[in-house]
Amino acid sequence: MGNILTLTTFLPLLGAIILALGLRGDDEAAQRNAKWVALVTTAVTFICSIFILTNFDPANTDFQLVETTEWIFGLQYKMGVDGISILFVMLTTFLMPLVIASCWNVTTRVKEYMIAFLILETLMLGVFLALDLVLFYLFFEAGLIPMFLIIGIWGGKDRIYASFKFFLYTFLGSVLMLVAMVAMFTEAGTTDIPTLMTHSFGTDNFSILGIQIVGGMQTLLWLAFFASFAVKMPMWPVHTWLPDAHVQAPTAGSVVLAAILLKLGGYGFLRFSLPMFPVGSEVMGPLVLWLSAIAIVYTSLVALAQSDMKKLIAYSSVAHMGFVTMGIFSANQQGVDGAIFQMISHGFISGALFLCVGVIYDRMHTREIDAYGGLVNRMPAYALIFLFFTMANVGLPGTSGFIGEFLTLVGVFQVNTWVALFATSGVILSAAYALWLYRRVVLGDLIKESLRSITDMTGRERVIFAPLVVMTLLLGVYPALVLDMIGPSVTALVDNYDTALAAFHAASQTAAN
Amino acid sequence: MESIILFAPLVGAIICGFGWKIIGEVAAQWTATSLLFLAAILSWVVFLTFDPSAHDNGRYSITVMRWIESGTFSTDWGIRMDRLTTIMLIVITTVSALVLMYSFGYMAHDENFKEHESYRPRFFAYLSFFTFAMLMLVTADNLVQLFFGWEGVGVASYLLIGFYYRKPSANAAAIKAFVVNRVGDFGFLLGIFAIYMLTDAIRFDDIFAAVPTIAETTITFLWRDWNAANLIAFLLFVGAMGKSAQLFLHTWLPDAMEGPTPVSALIHAATMVTAGVFLVCRMSPLMEYAPEAMNFVVFLGATTAFFAATVGLVQNDIKRVIAYSTCSQLGYMFVAAGLGVYSVAMFHLLTHAFFKAMLFLGAGSVIHAMHHEQDMRNYGGLRHKIPKTFWMMMIGTLAITGVGIPLLYVGFPIGFAGFVSKDAIIESAYAGTAGGYAFWMLVMAAAMTSFYSWRLMFLTFYGKPRGDKHTHDHAHEAPKSMMIPLYVLAVGAIFSGMVWYGGFFGSNAKVGAFFGVPYAAEESADPEAYPHYNLTGIPGEGAIHAAEGNHVLNDAHEVPTWVRLAPFIAMLGGLALAYQMYIRRPELPAQLAKQQAPLYNFLLNKWYFDELYNFIFVRPTLALGRILWKQGDTNTIDGGINGIALGIIPFFTRLAGRAQSGYVFTYAFAMVLGIAVLITIVTLFGGAN
Repeated sequence: MGNILTLTTFLPLLGAIILALGLRGDDEAAQRNAKWVALVTTAVTFICSIFILTNFDPANTDFQLVETTEWIFGLQYKMGVDGISILFVMLTTFLMPLVIASCWNVTTRVKEYMIAFLILETLMLGVFLALDLVLFYLFFEAGLIPMFLIIGIWGGKDRIYASFKFFLYTFLGSVLMLVAMVAMFTEAGTTDIPTLMTHSFGTDNFSILGIQIVGGMQTLLWLAFFASFAVKMPMWPVHTWLPDAHVQAPTAGSVVLAAILLKLGGYGFLRFSLPMFPVGSEVMGPLVLWLSAIAIVYTSLVALAQSDMKKLIAYSSVAHMGFVTMGIFSANQQGVDGAIFQMISHGFISGALFLCVGVIYDRMHTREIDAYGGLVNRMPAYALIFLFFTMANVGLPGTSGFIGEFLTLVGVFQVNTWVALFATSGVILSAAYALWLYRRVVLGDLIKESLRSITDMTGRERVIFAPLVVMTLLLGVYPALVLDMIGPSVTALVDNYDTALAAFHAASQTAAN
Repeated sequence: MESIILFAPLVGAIICGFGWKIIGEVAAQWTATSLLFLAAILSWVVFLTFDPSAHDNGRYSITVMRWIESGTFSTDWGIRMDRLTTIMLIVITTVSALVLMYSFGYMAHDENFKEHESYRPRFFAYLSFFTFAMLMLVTADNLVQLFFGWEGVGVASYLLIGFYYRKPSANAAAIKAFVVNRVGDFGFLLGIFAIYMLTDAIRFDDIFAAVPTIAETTITFLWRDWNAANLIAFLLFVGAMGKSAQLFLHTWLPDAMEGPTPVSALIHAATMVTAGVFLVCRMSPLMEYAPEAMNFVVFLGATTAFFAATVGLVQNDIKRVIAYSTCSQLGYMFVAAGLGVYSVAMFHLLTHAFFKAMLFLGAGSVIHAMHHEQDMRNYGGLRHKIPKTFWMMMIGTLAITGVGIPLLYVGFPIGFAGFVSKDAIIESAYAGTAGGYAFWMLVMAAAMTSFYSWRLMFLTFYGKPRGDKHTHDHAHEAPKSMMIPLYVLAVGAIFSGMVWYGGFFGSNAKVGAFFGVPYAAEESADPEAYPHYNLTGIPGEGAIHAAEGNHVLNDAHEVPTWVRLAPFIAMLGGLALAYQMYIRRPELPAQLAKQQAPLYNFLLNKWYFDELYNFIFVRPTLALGRILWKQGDTNTIDGGINGIALGIIPFFTRLAGRAQSGYVFTYAFAMVLGIAVLITIVTLFGGAN
């Protein structure tokens, strides 16, 4: 069990290699085999990750199951897991078999499709587990390539535009993050993330072009990382790539994008911004809180105006990610707990919602809301499941959607009541757009001729949704499953943050005197 | 036993909703109904055997399971049993069980569904789920669990209002109910956050213990400092306004009548809409320290009672009349709660549940008889066709209008349930506001209540049959399963006021003992005088709390005689006017409506609230959404970023040209380049460490 993390991370890659080298032909049998190989691989990966979970001690706030080896060019390969990252790993491994199962009907370039998802899984797991700056950057940036391919090859008709837009947005952030990483290495002399987390980066004020930089180096580093993570979240106003990407992506791609890839930014904030640049976080925190509040209100309003189901849900995702950034930069226990919970929960709920769109897209080949109406008449099971996740999406207590939203709001209220006020108004708007969508698609009489013969969900589709329903309900009723796991690590994170800030304020007080 | 009461409806909902295909439709309905009757019987056992003096502070708690724990924020799934809970238990489970029984008959054939469609198990499952959520709300031992129940009943309400999912009006009403309630929840949530921030606690016991401190704290909220107790009480009340359809957040309740009539009886009359009143009573220790917020509660309650009654005067849909009546009666309850006589608020809640559920079910029986015709202008003369229903409706009307024998007291007043409890509120209003605004509003509302209730009776049961002759010919009495619930509720509508008078509105000593609140005799200079008692005790002792100096309960018993007569006279006035207009001179209403057209239209259109809200909120919101999308996202942000990228940096322009083919590889190249730079630097400067 000494290298369980490496094993789990690279198992999907192994599956991809097997597929690439071992599987020939593109007939139906070959396609089926490719799907089965991918499904088995992701399932085994999930089982491996359960061993990570059982070997993990939540009370211990250090990195656990750490693996370190020398790598090329004097770099180090270091993997480890703590309370912040463990559940993201579990989320990824849990969802991937479902994602694979959801593309069972795909027939174009199946082998390559499966390979793309398997490589993507390895890279995503790598991001959450990497404990070295270079390694992290590698996983973080490389992870986008399979996603580009998934959108660009298997996507809709405007797929080129969508992925180009995505590229445009991420590029600047990546460059800045790279520069920041180099700067960090130059100052701290190491790329080891645990060491960097204990390193105090410079906070002396200085001015550039006459602009006073409060918090000095830390603020600049913070901003550089922010540029990258904010795009990934995505935060307002750099969110506009997401709706386009979602609309063009195939269903499985949308699920991965919403459920896992969006969490990379949030994870980055928790791994880098808060612990490494506490002063920068404090200086820029209010900005993030306001951007989050704007995101929640703004994108919820925009969601109201959508006529494309996927776009609507994509905008809803942006709003829900607003709660995440808001919770993180509240920088207190409830805020951060809530942010992590919200990310996990959103993984299940948004994934399920995109799958819901997929179910009827597979049948009707349109995402236009107006093309539907009255589905409940022919699809009662679908109506029930869609309703369940709609309610989870609006944060109904008893579903996981409530806990995250609620805790982040509890957290931010203690910091800024104005932001809390605007963010809380999200509960009204989310109810409006989500229920209105549900009404237009599912309720009413079935009058459209094209829908006369639409069929209810198949057994395979129900099996895919079942685990998501269970998790959404389970975490809503017994959130301790998540909160116990992350609690001690979050406490440590928040305590370290407060200590660092207290030290900084004491020092600047002394300096002022 | 408490757990059985709580979870029996949930089990019923699950078995009925998911298992009906296995056990069959009828068996599923029976399962849900019998489980609710079980819960109802056990609730009565709990209510009748509950002895506050046997428990510390008149309550006990059962922890079921952990729930949210995050740092000092800690809540369990728990059951809190005190007098308030037990009252709500009997109200909820009794009406629920009866309504389910009633639904056997009422929902037997429904023309909104096709022949083969199985809608009944779904209906029973929803109702059972509602009951579960409502029970969670009232048994909660912390605010977050209460909020769980609060939203749970909201969902059940959404599902049931939209039960006829083919009707666009029902779907619209369902969304409206949910969203307007969410506006209230918005305030409720902020209140919860503020409480947690100030007290580090979320359980009622801990909050109540901290109340005296809260009252002396100022909290910075938005642009200024506020007294914390007042602010929190106000925010929580905003939640109550939504759920209990008080003025400004009332617009969803009349539309909610789109749901089947049993739903209106259970959810939109007897139970869910009273949750707001329950919340204020539950939070009484806090409310008592928030005088300004409480003044607002009284003001809004009184205004709602008046407003809703005026609208009720002219509505033609039988269910809408009763809906506005509910809205108005809820206003009464809030006046009592706002004055600090929580026992009286709960009293009216209890009696109102019986007679209002009965009126709704009776109306359902009429609608059933008239083939789903709901317009009273097409009724008339029905008392000969459906005499049993007529008599039941008569009892309900006598109860809601407050018929009784004034000034007679034989250890309790003699009269129908509404007479006892409504007069208690009006007397409290006089005592608590020194005969001010609330008192007069309520008296006027009482007159109007009498008018619209009798108008309903006269239009429906008296006069000549109007409307479709065929329908009238075939009007028939409802089956037994629908009549028995009415008989049971009639017992409550007649006797509940007299039976429980002592516990809710008797002397302070009786009320104190009933609610488990300590009380003490007041020192008096005159030894001969009637002994004054006052509820004492610190916040959290007993089910309700009365602050020092809150003597309203005492003073309400000593109001002048004319005050005690006022509601009775108002009731007679309303009756006389209705008699004049609808029996003696039936042509009068139409003339009056023509003569006073502006006023009539103003009332008929519900003071134009819907139009106003549409104009101020709904349309601008939608327009704003479109503008933000088209102007904000598409033009400004996308335009800006594309513009900067393509216009300023030539590199991107070239890239865009190549985007058709090589964008992925360009990106990969950029990334590899980045990694190369990083690795080079790291390597040059001595490796990872």
